[in-house]
Amino acid sequence: MSLTLSEVMRIAALARIAVTPQEAEAVQAQLNGIFGLLEKINAVDTSGVEPMYHARDVTLRLRDDEVTEPDRRAAFQAVAPQVEAGLYLVPKVIE
Amino acid sequence: MKWETVIGLETHVQLSTRSKIFSGASTAFGAPPNTQACAVDIALPGVLPVLNRGAVERAIRFGLAVGAEVRRRSVFARKNYFYPDLPKGYQISQFEAPIVQGGALRIVLADGAERAVRLTRAHLEEDAGKSLHEDFHGMSGIDLNRAGTPLLEIVSEPDMRSAAEAVAYARALHALVRWIDICDGNMQEGSFRCDANVSVRPRGAAALGTRCEIKNLNSFRFLERAIEYEARRQIAIIEDGGRIELETRLYDPDRDETRSMRTKEEAHDYRYFPEPDLLPLEVSEAWLAEVAASLPELPVARRERYVRDLGLPAQDAATLTASRETADYFEAVVAGLAEAEPGGERPAQAKAAANWVAGELAGALNRTGVEIGASPVAARALARLIARIRDDTISGKIAKEVFDAMWAGEAGGENAADAIIERRGLRQITDAGALERIIEEIVAANPAQVAEYRSGKEKAFNYFVGQAMKATKSKGNPAQVAEILKRKLAG
Repeated sequence: MSLTLSEVMRIAALARIAVTPQEAEAVQAQLNGIFGLLEKINAVDTSGVEPMYHARDVTLRLRDDEVTEPDRRAAFQAVAPQVEAGLYLVPKVIE
Repeated sequence: MKWETVIGLETHVQLSTRSKIFSGASTAFGAPPNTQACAVDIALPGVLPVLNRGAVERAIRFGLAVGAEVRRRSVFARKNYFYPDLPKGYQISQFEAPIVQGGALRIVLADGAERAVRLTRAHLEEDAGKSLHEDFHGMSGIDLNRAGTPLLEIVSEPDMRSAAEAVAYARALHALVRWIDICDGNMQEGSFRCDANVSVRPRGAAALGTRCEIKNLNSFRFLERAIEYEARRQIAIIEDGGRIELETRLYDPDRDETRSMRTKEEAHDYRYFPEPDLLPLEVSEAWLAEVAASLPELPVARRERYVRDLGLPAQDAATLTASRETADYFEAVVAGLAEAEPGGERPAQAKAAANWVAGELAGALNRTGVEIGASPVAARALARLIARIRDDTISGKIAKEVFDAMWAGEAGGENAADAIIERRGLRQITDAGALERIIEEIVAANPAQVAEYRSGKEKAFNYFVGQAMKATKSKGNPAQVAEILKRKLAG
């Protein structure tokens, strides 16, 4: 299995990473190298093996439903690029 | 061609926990922007999610209530997309192994028929924040108070065939999540949000048509109208030789139409993968048993009990189990009535109680916007009022006057009805002699109408009933009045 150049561009677009056509060829070679490793894993016969969801064989610890976090808006917003009326301002995301 | 509409619903139910699903920030509604958004919610580097037991417990409650499989081991996943109100760049959700799998919701349609709508799954996830696109010098404002609020996304199978069925399902689901105390059901505040998947196909066809997903359906009325509009739109396109595009559409209530949400190409590639920051979630048998034991009697069980033990029609039973508060009130009226007339027939008592709770009382609650739990007329007081109709102290018509007086607080306590009946002198005239005298006078005073009636004009009878009621100030026992009139008019 290997990736085409257009698939590389698509993955880059989804990840919001700007990749020039020249860079894309290098990235394609690197990614296909990784796919080579994956193919080795794929070649292993896993029939009858239960899927593993996590590398550690322990389960989740839960917290009680209690409010423990105080309001720290002032501290958080002190390092935000732009705020107004308690809101974080970002470039407009709707036409 | 005859067309059939096929509908499946995805509902986001906001779980009623005090704190968020992965952080200890408060979920209270209406706080100033970003005052309930902690380091985890705004995704500062290095933070880790810690799952809220209360959110899991509510998901289990739901799974048990719909007869679904509650997975002993479920897994969280990352759903990746970029939007400023999702600061991590992914939403933590469940994909491959959701906590609740399958199950069904039983709904009652307008004609009293019952149907089961199958559920595909229900999974836990976090809500995103809110984007405000108003006037911020060409920028958007982001409020992350809602970010991390626990949601249960409940997905139905495409089992509904009309807008009315979809609304019946949504209402039943809304009632259930409130009934089992996992959601406050407040639709204005976004605690219960529906998306509808709608497609059409020729009636009798086996394959499903291409569907469109309609978003922004925050009331049952909008849900109904949006589905009706969307089905008409799709049928018109196909009949004109066109094809339906798989897309997401937004319902605009002002124009009563759906329109395409311009989504960028590839926007729907969420690249789910297992969330490495969370281990698999395990639900033990002991926990499951504990939650099962804490569940109240469910609406379906009550509905069946009302039909089986109280002899109520299915539609009445469904109306009365629309909320736990209504059902509890109804049962208190039935109990009060059984106490007021110990020898009375239970089905008749129950039917009278049902009529009053679903009729006069529901009407007054609707008019005034009062919740049934805060009704100025208590269940036992209403039971005493109904008992006075049943023992012929007052007529049904006078009872409405007494009810209004009770509602207005003219008298309080369990015996408010009796106090008002006495004070206003509303006791029914059942003295046959007195009624006969009054009716004889009326008959004697209206020879023209008597002649009309005797010539076969049955309608004239109503004129006499009206006159008799007027003469008795509505206090004549209606059955007795009718009986005496028939006798006197027969001549």
